[in-house]
Amino acid sequence: MSEPRPLAAMLEEWEPVIGLEVHVQLATQSKIFSPSAIEFGAPPNSLTDPLVLGLPGTLPSFNLAVLQLALKLGVATSSQIRARSRFARKHYFYPDLPKGYQISQFDEPLCENGHLDVIIGGALKRVKLQRIHLEEDAGKTTHVGATSHVDLNRAGVPLVEVVTAPELGSAAEAGEFMRSLHRLVRWLEISEADMEKGQLRCDANVSVRLRGEDRLGQRAELKNINSFRFVEHAIEHEIVRQIRILEAGGRVTRETRLWDAERGQSAPMRSKEEANDYRYFPDPDLPPLVVDGAIMSSILRTLPELPAVRFERYQKLHGISPDDARTLVGERALADYFDAAVAAHPSERGGRMIANWMLTELLGALHASNTPVARSPLAPTTLTALVVLVENGTISGKIGKEVFEESYRTGEAPAAIVERRGLQQISDTGVLWEIINRIVAANTKQAEAYTVGGKDGLFGFFVGQVMKETQGRANPVITSDLLHKRLGR
Amino acid sequence: MTSAFWSVADTARRIAAGEISATQVLETTLARITAVDPTLGAYLAVDVAGARAAAADIDGRRAVNAPLPPLAGVPIALKDVLVTRGLATTAGSKILEGWVPPYDAHVVDKLRTAGAIIVGKVNCDEFAMGSSTENSAYQPTKNPWNLERVPGGSSGGSSAAVAAGLCAASLGTDTGGSIRQPAAFCGVVGLKPTYGRVSRWGVVAFASSLDQVGPLTRSVADAALVLQAIAGFDPRDATSLDAPVPSFSEALTGDVAGLRIGLPQEFFEAMDDEVRAAVQKTVAALVERGAETVDLSLPHTAHALSAYYLIAPAEASSNLARFDGVRFGQRAQATDLLEMYARTRGAGFGPEVKRRIMLGTYALRAGYYDAYYKKAQQVRTLIKRDFDRAFRFCDVILTPTTPTAAFAFGAKADPVDMYLADVFTLSCNLAGLPGISVPCGLTSDGLPIGVQLLGKPLDEVTLLRAGGVIESAVGLGERRPPAIAALAAPARITRPGVVAPGGDA
Repeated sequence: MSEPRPLAAMLEEWEPVIGLEVHVQLATQSKIFSPSAIEFGAPPNSLTDPLVLGLPGTLPSFNLAVLQLALKLGVATSSQIRARSRFARKHYFYPDLPKGYQISQFDEPLCENGHLDVIIGGALKRVKLQRIHLEEDAGKTTHVGATSHVDLNRAGVPLVEVVTAPELGSAAEAGEFMRSLHRLVRWLEISEADMEKGQLRCDANVSVRLRGEDRLGQRAELKNINSFRFVEHAIEHEIVRQIRILEAGGRVTRETRLWDAERGQSAPMRSKEEANDYRYFPDPDLPPLVVDGAIMSSILRTLPELPAVRFERYQKLHGISPDDARTLVGERALADYFDAAVAAHPSERGGRMIANWMLTELLGALHASNTPVARSPLAPTTLTALVVLVENGTISGKIGKEVFEESYRTGEAPAAIVERRGLQQISDTGVLWEIINRIVAANTKQAEAYTVGGKDGLFGFFVGQVMKETQGRANPVITSDLLHKRLGR
Repeated sequence: MTSAFWSVADTARRIAAGEISATQVLETTLARITAVDPTLGAYLAVDVAGARAAAADIDGRRAVNAPLPPLAGVPIALKDVLVTRGLATTAGSKILEGWVPPYDAHVVDKLRTAGAIIVGKVNCDEFAMGSSTENSAYQPTKNPWNLERVPGGSSGGSSAAVAAGLCAASLGTDTGGSIRQPAAFCGVVGLKPTYGRVSRWGVVAFASSLDQVGPLTRSVADAALVLQAIAGFDPRDATSLDAPVPSFSEALTGDVAGLRIGLPQEFFEAMDDEVRAAVQKTVAALVERGAETVDLSLPHTAHALSAYYLIAPAEASSNLARFDGVRFGQRAQATDLLEMYARTRGAGFGPEVKRRIMLGTYALRAGYYDAYYKKAQQVRTLIKRDFDRAFRFCDVILTPTTPTAAFAFGAKADPVDMYLADVFTLSCNLAGLPGISVPCGLTSDGLPIGVQLLGKPLDEVTLLRAGGVIESAVGLGERRPPAIAALAAPARITRPGVVAPGGDA
């Protein structure tokens, strides 16, 4: 076999086409069709009741809190919301599916034809969402040797399944889609979306075709992708696998493959497990799910400005770099902090400065003390007050960092710290001229070496002396200006 | 005088008045079960200890003059598809043998609250699939009027127990006629409420969009009392109706003057002559008392049976998927998962249940759904519209309950013949309407004949009112099933020993 070509070379000829099916657990107190509680890591089968166990005679009744959360996502993705959607039964036998069917939605899903604006590099890419539907999670089966253990704590946890159009062009784009969706659902406070806890799960449909080709290639479905890292790794692996098959003159089989993260490869599921006719039909135990005007208006009223919108606004309105804007919208609390700080700034142009202080000083201090942004001891208005002191020359940037540190630690207002400790910047030329004169007189040798001998490096020495004399309070611009005059060059 | 055939109201009133204790009433019932049921086969389980404790509780409350609930001390039997906490529930199937549920059905809750004594669980066709109770995996139940005949089904244990005085009333379920048809066969009253009137929480599901729980009683007044106890909204059943529940007993005014009775021609085409004569006599009696008749047509009736036998099996095939041997009930030994499923379900389900699972699975297959299940639902809509239109011209619709009186065991060996026994009753379920069967005479062989009334949605009141008039005009009066009279031990109000009826007690 010849030396395998690098992926980049393959991709000059081949175009990957990727669609994702993402399951997001919704953060309700109780399950989608029963009052049984939800909690990660509870002892196996402790979060069950007759309904969760699928006992004969039990009936589902829909938890309306689920609808609220799902609608937030529907509205945030500009989806069409069905006024009457329907639950359908999806049948298959497996020990962790207690009823022998999963209650899902089939031909009448809650949301259709939405889109998600994905941050890719510095720009947004609009990815079409075919549908977002509601369903119940299954339980969990673990195999220990010849024994299988079923834990039904997860059975009945509410899920939304988000299905994209097949229009992601690379493993990296798929990864960014997952990050953007993760950011959005956390932003909307509808899910913790912790992939390690299975609260966000991804299946990927992957195919490749020659560039310029219109028809989609045969696809394979990858299941069991459980981390952001694996999303990209698994998809990239699949792209390479398919290209190699096609380049060797073979054909891609339509199949479902399980990603094995430990081995870094996928393997087809046994056909027995996937040869299912799900026999969907409308669940006769559940009436149509009705979304009325009252629910919609409450959703619309309370919907926050979305991360993609802020990402653009921060760049356009505040001149913030794409990287910084992306960091700021990484978490709603951080973006909210930024907006509150900017709102407190007297001018329109405080954004960049505030962003700089947030992303360096504030985030540094928060990380160091492992404190979430939402519980920052330094209020956004306090940060703005400090930024203003630096901007109007009351204190220098260097002193500003000192004041930041003290204010963060003690909660004292920056202006009070400056006043109490006498940290105001000295910009009075008379005062500075007198100090400079004194320093030059005391260091005649160095002054001569600089002025006559051309030793440029000594200029810094004199700035340092002035700063030492003034405990750093000398206005650096005026100091430098006066020093040049006094030293003759 | 024995309490065995007392009405529900009489039983409760006499206990409340201190004429007799709840324990005495129960012991009479238990003694009668011991004497009669080995022959009749109505009960699958008798909860002797639980019933005695409940009766003692009523007597205790009575002793301290605590207020007694409306059905205090009334012995009631439950069709074995109703889930009972701590009391085995089999749905007439081997697959559930030995299953002891951890919760009570909503109707069982309601009956207990109303003071009723749950005597035990009565036989039925497996998972309520059948019209003769011959599909029970446990035992046949005989018709108290003629032991060679079936009691009807699927609530055959319920109708037989009530007719034979082995309880004051019973609950059944009706998916395509399973309350009304056995009521007609056993000469008792059977009421199928409006879909959603009574909660299905705790009813082992056959066909979710058709199933409804209702009373089988010896009188229309008793049906009203039991319905009162079990009706009403339940948030645990999403198809339960949040509608006010009227006072059903007040409906029994005995007045049908001006009542417009619809006679749909499609329901008078094929039936036994004796059934036709009895139904005509019933209509005449109503007219005599001031009712009017309206000839009308329900044109889509001919398609009801086909639609029903697609919808009901489709839903059943789905509802029965949970019987997989994993969490409850019987599990067969096997070396792998697929084999475990196949063996458990292969051994656990009887032939009729398997037939319907296969029918339903086929109807829901991808690519066949539109042609079968969806088409059947469209027919269902047309049938509903037929009734909506008909009720613009009449207040209640009257038909025979069944084309014939009770048939002999084994007479309907071909499943399709058996399905045809429900031809008059299943439209009512497809349309979600209330229906009642009231006895209206006996055949020359001494077998009961039933007449069926169908009402507007939530209009059980009119059914009870008209049913009460039929009962007093052409009902069976004090006639009791002769076949079991000889079996009944003389009335004795003593504590019998161990009660072990013809099932596993």
